[in-house]
Amino acid sequence: MTDKKTEMIRTEGLKKSFLLGGKEKLDVLKGIDETIFKGEAVTIIGPSGGGKSTFLRCLNLLETPDAGHIFVEGVEITDKKINIDLHRQKLGMVFQHFNVFPHMTVRQNITMAPVLLKKKTQKEADAAADDLLKKVGLFSKQDEHPSRLSGGQKQRLAIVRALAMNPDIMLFDEPTSALDPEMVGEVLDVIKSLVRSGMTSVIVTHEMGFAKEMSDRVLFMDDGQILESGTPDELFNHPKNPRTGDFLSKVLY
Amino acid sequence: MTGFFTNIIKILDKYWYVFLVTGVSYTLILAVITVLFGSAIGLVIYFARQSKIRPLSWIAVAFVEVIRGTPMLLQLYVGVFLVPKIIGINVSDFVSVAVALALNSAAYVSEVFRSGIEAVDRGQMEAARTLGLSYGQAMKKVVFPQAVKNILPALGNEFIMIVKDTSLASTFFVGDIMTSYLKVRGNTFLTFECLTIVAVIYFMLTFILSKLLGAAEKRLKAND
Repeated sequence: MTDKKTEMIRTEGLKKSFLLGGKEKLDVLKGIDETIFKGEAVTIIGPSGGGKSTFLRCLNLLETPDAGHIFVEGVEITDKKINIDLHRQKLGMVFQHFNVFPHMTVRQNITMAPVLLKKKTQKEADAAADDLLKKVGLFSKQDEHPSRLSGGQKQRLAIVRALAMNPDIMLFDEPTSALDPEMVGEVLDVIKSLVRSGMTSVIVTHEMGFAKEMSDRVLFMDDGQILESGTPDELFNHPKNPRTGDFLSKVLY
Repeated sequence: MTGFFTNIIKILDKYWYVFLVTGVSYTLILAVITVLFGSAIGLVIYFARQSKIRPLSWIAVAFVEVIRGTPMLLQLYVGVFLVPKIIGINVSDFVSVAVALALNSAAYVSEVFRSGIEAVDRGQMEAARTLGLSYGQAMKKVVFPQAVKNILPALGNEFIMIVKDTSLASTFFVGDIMTSYLKVRGNTFLTFECLTIVAVIYFMLTFILSKLLGAAEKRLKAND
């Protein structure tokens, strides 16, 4: 599936730090150079506080990097002159806490943005919503408000809400971490079928089984850096960096 | 005791128009003006306070602090005596009082807006922005509709406060219910009877208002 010729996202020397009150600074990203290609499924693993989520959130500028450049499909989005709203449409994002819109019905959650941003007419958006809802088994819930949905259903809704904008890339920020264990599978299944369909995906996850099975490439991040990058086999079975091995020995048992 | 009630009936018979028509309508007009302009200006103050232009946000903060830190009666005096001198135009006391009430309420309402909007989970704004919505679109479509549910109870409280606060306007004889009281008492010298009538009118107004707001809240909650 991976097309090693077409770059989708490239970062150069990406740095980010947070102020800790007073003059203390916490360097969360210490200069990240990484390229993600079309059709690639990249999972990012690593200990908490290692910078995984911050890296992902920089890719659509939810966090503004302090230094470095980010290119999405060849366009530098860290350029101040760019209209970031237009570029965000290409980058779908799924959050740990779903962030579905509670004041809208399931259907409205999906159709609001494409219609408002004139990507689709109401009719087109509704037709697309029908397809998407059927695909993730939420068609019968279309007129409910999200408060009536389970965690797994909310996350499936959040995924199709992002897909309704026809993004070129999907970013997943720990999509199953806030779910009850019995609902993890249904959400991972949706992500799996998306990855199989060739969607370029960047997934921050603690689901090692999923990372092993579904990724083209796994990145191990700790201490604000990508310490190791490789195929699942390379990373999980023959880790080169001792920190990778150490982390894996703690999470795999 | 029977004399008390007979007196009330007699007063109402002769002065019902002053209390129930003149008084109530002036009070309601003042309250509605205050609520409308107070909310509109309050929203402007909220955005000024959130603004990245620092002086603008400082002015907004200072305005809110000064209004909250001084008595309302004093603000009415400033409105009636000082403002016409400063701007050099003679306006009626009614207008001056209305402006002062609206500005006072704006300061409180801006804080109500702030707490209501800040109570909406940050993830909602982020989710809207990642879909490609601008800040303004995200506010309008995602944050505000949810903030209304947080804001409405406090705003309702503020509206009821305003109805009662308009009584201070009687200091300047602008025609509200309390002005009616002053007039009728001046003619009849029946202080307690007049006060009772006024109390009942205020209570009825605020009671109806609070029931209406309760019903509105219930309708909004139905969607949760």
